[in-house]
Amino acid sequence: MAGAEAVKPVLELKGRMMTLTVLRLLDPSVEVLARELDRRVQEAPEFFRFLPVILDVEAVAESDLYLDLPGLAGLLQARQFVPVGIRGGGEDWREAATAAGLAVFPAERDSGGGENRRRAATEEPAARAVATEAGMVVTQPVRSGQQIYARGGDLVVMSAVSPGAEVLADGHIHIYGSLGGRALAGVRGDTSARIFCQAFRAELVSINGTYSVSEQFEEALRGEAVQIALNGDSLDIRAL
Amino acid sequence: MAKIVVVTSGKGGVGKTTTSAAIGAGLAKAGHRTVLVDFDVGLRNLDLIMGCERRVVYDFINVIHEEASLNQALIRDKRVDNLFILAASQTRDKDALTEDGVERVLTELSRDFDYIICDSPAGIERGALLAMYFADEAIIVTNPEVSSVRDSDRVLGILASKTRRAANGEPPVREQLLLTRYSPLRVQKGEMLSVEDVKEILAIDLLGVIPESQAVLNASNAGVPVILEEESDAGQAYQDAVARFLGEERPHRFLQLEKKGLFGRLFGG
Ligand SMILES: Nc1ncnc2c1ncn2[C@@H]1O[C@H](COP(=O)(O)OP(=O)(O)OP(=O)(O)O)[C@@H](O)[C@H]1O
Ligand SMILES: [Mg+2]
Repeated sequence: MAGAEAVKPVLELKGRMMTLTVLRLLDPSVEVLARELDRRVQEAPEFFRFLPVILDVEAVAESDLYLDLPGLAGLLQARQFVPVGIRGGGEDWREAATAAGLAVFPAERDSGGGENRRRAATEEPAARAVATEAGMVVTQPVRSGQQIYARGGDLVVMSAVSPGAEVLADGHIHIYGSLGGRALAGVRGDTSARIFCQAFRAELVSINGTYSVSEQFEEALRGEAVQIALNGDSLDIRAL
Repeated sequence: MAKIVVVTSGKGGVGKTTTSAAIGAGLAKAGHRTVLVDFDVGLRNLDLIMGCERRVVYDFINVIHEEASLNQALIRDKRVDNLFILAASQTRDKDALTEDGVERVLTELSRDFDYIICDSPAGIERGALLAMYFADEAIIVTNPEVSSVRDSDRVLGILASKTRRAANGEPPVREQLLLTRYSPLRVQKGEMLSVEDVKEILAIDLLGVIPESQAVLNASNAGVPVILEEESDAGQAYQDAVARFLGEERPHRFLQLEKKGLFGRLFGG
């Protein structure tokens, strides 16, 4: 049993990807943003408490709001958000973020860049088969408490993903059994990634960080074979 | 070489100790030299259910810490030949179990016994992980309700990835499901999951279904493994399970509501 006897390691790097809430800033005025935040927090204080957020600044990238980034972060912290980084914006924004101790996430459009970028399946199907590795095939059930991540490609699960289990892939996720847990496809920026499953009972599904939880699913789709794709800002879940 | 069998569940109070006692006694009755090992350090239940609590002088922890030999600590069952108990300590905590110590004791037991039944504590902490770690086979005790099934699923994941067999790349631990405290009436009312529901979620072989039964409580109060109450429903269900464990095929019983009498037929609809 690893760790029962042995000396405990003090550090471990895990390829874990989390879904983070993205807060899109649509107005460059700190006052306006503060007022709107207060209103939201009042509506659902528990939901927002200690919620880690990424600030998407794309819509206000041209403004000089970046000058006030530390102030903006402080304003969020005062409302018990946990700002972890920004997304979008130019060099000015990136410098301001670094200075303010915030991470810089790739913008939505060029995310996943470099050698990990996969082409959309629909763009060039033949090329894709060559461009990606065969992906990962899992034959055992993925049980509650287990997490499987197919880095750099697709994930194929031959049996069920139990409630409380989590499967992630940079590419598509195919589940030839029931999906009872969480499935997160395109976790490193592939907006064309999809999720397919034989029986849809998921707790959460996500594509490139856009997620949806079980209360939001259409009742008629429960237990059905479905495919899930990203359609603009929302997930499109439909029967196969 | 003994087969090491862990009786585990994740969730507490589902019937692991009841099952360990019953299966152990059943295997011994079938002529196999069997030892029951209580991994539930700090609680000590197995010796109560086996009715030998007053004969515990040394326990599992004493043997691990070399304060006593196995021969001193093993308690011979007075009713069934070939059956021994290694009790847990009530006064120590779970950290008294060490991986090396457990391995040494199990190795030593392996020389003398055919089956070593490890009664796991609830949860997925150290004691439970150690009870699972050296197993060749696992009996997953599950009640027909969502939280128990979820925990069993979790435990199955651990058996597949965090056992000695997994670490050594050996063939996986054989996993079998024992559904306990099953009440056909409550299944019919929709208050409990059915056998089929649970089988579908966990997707492992079904060793048996033990009905919810007053006989279990009576037997454990009397310090008798319920399998020795040969006329009782739970006792018979455990006998079937032991037979299946040893490779015999037997139909599953106690899955249906008992046929209604005249009164039930007239008024029950
Ligand atoms: N088939 C059954 N019918 C009725 N009662 C049962 C049945 N099986 C177990 N019980 C009762 O459930 C309770 C818990 O049983 P047991 O101690 O065997 O569970 P356990 O899984 O070992 O618990 P723990 O997790 O605390 O070790 C006891 O009171 C026992 O009598
Ligand atoms: Mg117990």
